[in-house]
Amino acid sequence: MSTTTLAPAVSNPPARVADVWYPLRRSAEAVLVPLAALAGAVGLFSVFLLALGQSPLDFLDLVWRGAFGSWFSVQNTVQRASPLLLTALCVAIPGQLGLVIIGGEAAIVLGGLAATVAALPLIHTAPVIVWAAMAIAGSAMGAFWIGLSGWLRAKLNVNEVIASLVLSYIGLALFNHFVEGVLRDPASLNKPSTYGIGDQNMLDTVPWLDVHPGMPAGIAACIVCWVLIYRTGFGFASRVTGGNIRAAQLQGLPVTKLILTACAIGGGCAGLAGAIEVAAEYGRANASLNAGYGYTGILIAFLARFNPLAVMPMAILLGGLGAAGGLLQRRMGLPDATIQVLQGLIFVSILASDTLYGRFRWFQPRGTA
Amino acid sequence: MSGSIATVLLAMLAGSLRVSTPFLFVSLGECLTEKSGRINLGNEGVLVLGAMVAYATSYETGSPWAGVAAAALAGLLLGGLHGEVCSLAKVNDVAMGIAIMLAGTGIAFFFGKPYVQPSATLLPGIPFGFWSASPQVRNALLVCPLFLVGIAAAIGLHWCFNATRAGLRIRIVGDSQDAALALGLPIDRTRFIATACGSALAGIGGAFLSLYYPGSWNEGLSSGQGLMAVALVVFSRWNPINCIYASLLFGAAGALGPSLQTVGITWGYYLFYAAPYVVTLVVLIITARGGRSLRGMPGQLSIGR
Repeated sequence: MSTTTLAPAVSNPPARVADVWYPLRRSAEAVLVPLAALAGAVGLFSVFLLALGQSPLDFLDLVWRGAFGSWFSVQNTVQRASPLLLTALCVAIPGQLGLVIIGGEAAIVLGGLAATVAALPLIHTAPVIVWAAMAIAGSAMGAFWIGLSGWLRAKLNVNEVIASLVLSYIGLALFNHFVEGVLRDPASLNKPSTYGIGDQNMLDTVPWLDVHPGMPAGIAACIVCWVLIYRTGFGFASRVTGGNIRAAQLQGLPVTKLILTACAIGGGCAGLAGAIEVAAEYGRANASLNAGYGYTGILIAFLARFNPLAVMPMAILLGGLGAAGGLLQRRMGLPDATIQVLQGLIFVSILASDTLYGRFRWFQPRGTA
Repeated sequence: MSGSIATVLLAMLAGSLRVSTPFLFVSLGECLTEKSGRINLGNEGVLVLGAMVAYATSYETGSPWAGVAAAALAGLLLGGLHGEVCSLAKVNDVAMGIAIMLAGTGIAFFFGKPYVQPSATLLPGIPFGFWSASPQVRNALLVCPLFLVGIAAAIGLHWCFNATRAGLRIRIVGDSQDAALALGLPIDRTRFIATACGSALAGIGGAFLSLYYPGSWNEGLSSGQGLMAVALVVFSRWNPINCIYASLLFGAAGALGPSLQTVGITWGYYLFYAAPYVVTLVVLIITARGGRSLRGMPGQLSIGR
């Protein structure tokens, strides 16, 4: 033991041992880092509340009760989470290709408008026909609108972040032009709206569970998108493109087509969310559609690291935060922007946590020399 | 007919002088940040936060200029946060900007709630139209002192980039990280300072919104000027002097809808409201056509790679 030879063993290199636990540890890293970021954001927010003389424990308790405390609040959470599932996909699917699309808000309002317009001539036929027409028109409109950003990116090399945001403002202006102009129901005085699709054509809540009908649609969309991204050739090509666009082009992957398809799928999801909101909640297109679901969807997609399955818990989390807003306002006297402050902190902390990936040796592959 | 066209043009000139100031400040701030090789989409949040802080400070102290200073300080802090977090490895500056935007507007709405009702002391205008008898011309030429400050800042920034050691260092850091490393320049610190100072300028733009035009604080105050500034900087080819012209153009586009309303054209009000966004889009398409190598674009900018 006294000899301290530092010379490496040249004759016998260690055999390459497969690190069987590495995939598991890598998944653990993908779960633990965002959780740590969430915890960090909640910690920062607690300091913020303490500085204002409020109790963070009361806050967490109220959020819990407002979001999941009773069946009523669960329904409320699900109602908010349902469109968020779809608007998050609008960011997550193009995100797989390395695009940051932030125009989901326009896709949801224009999707809702298109769905209403498609439903109006059909209101006296069967509800099934109306719903089918609404779903098709809504998703087609959303796919077109986000596809436009993708087309600008792929064909004209316009930065998609700015393009999608500017298109989102243009889309909202178009929406207002139609809802307050040609399509306006003269009976809607205080809140300009289109003509209604009729009570008989409204979507009912899910049988037995009595929750928002967008929930099954959103979950199905998340699962389908997960299969699409992780189990198909399209998904593989998309992820390669997202990893390194030049390598993808060199391999002869149809990058333009991939970008257009991903944007259309994402936009279709957001447009469908608009159609469902009209069919399930409002019965007509009006400013209620413009409720910020598109913007919260961006946060959820980043929280989920663009993984469609991870979108589901994150949408429930953010939907729950939104559902608790009213209770917080009544019980603690906090302004409704409180949730926005918390969301902003979560967003900053989740993005800052990207720097943690690969910093911890424990998560790295071992045994492979 | 020619009378009403003159009215519309005068109203657009007036609107352009009035509405362009926030565009000018945010685009100058964005220009400074992008010259150092980083993009800051968070300036939208800085704009809203600056507007709230300026209004609240002016209300509490009675001095609008204290409000402007406070807005710049708020911008400096929020921009500093962006700069600091972005200097960590692997952090995406585009996404981070969206997060800062969300956080900034959230904080502004949170603390701004009590200031929606009360009226604060606003900035005075300088009457350059004193020679005219026409009230429209007088109104059009009532210029906010911040507009002049913005023009001075643009000239100062242009001089700084082209004639000073600090400006040269910022450009080196923005154009080639390798060259900056070889010269031993502090890359992260340069970008941090450029981001923080850029956001301070954006904060002053916010102060204009709440303290001059429209001259009140509410949650719908900003209509995306902070983000359109990114397109404006592309249009200006990263040149501060061009930022002045671009801001005036965008201001005029924004004034199109209200100007047409003054002569009785109310059809398509919402469509004309979208005019500045359409201009932004057209500008983006025209400037992007040249491919990746946009003239004047800092080489390290993430949107160009």
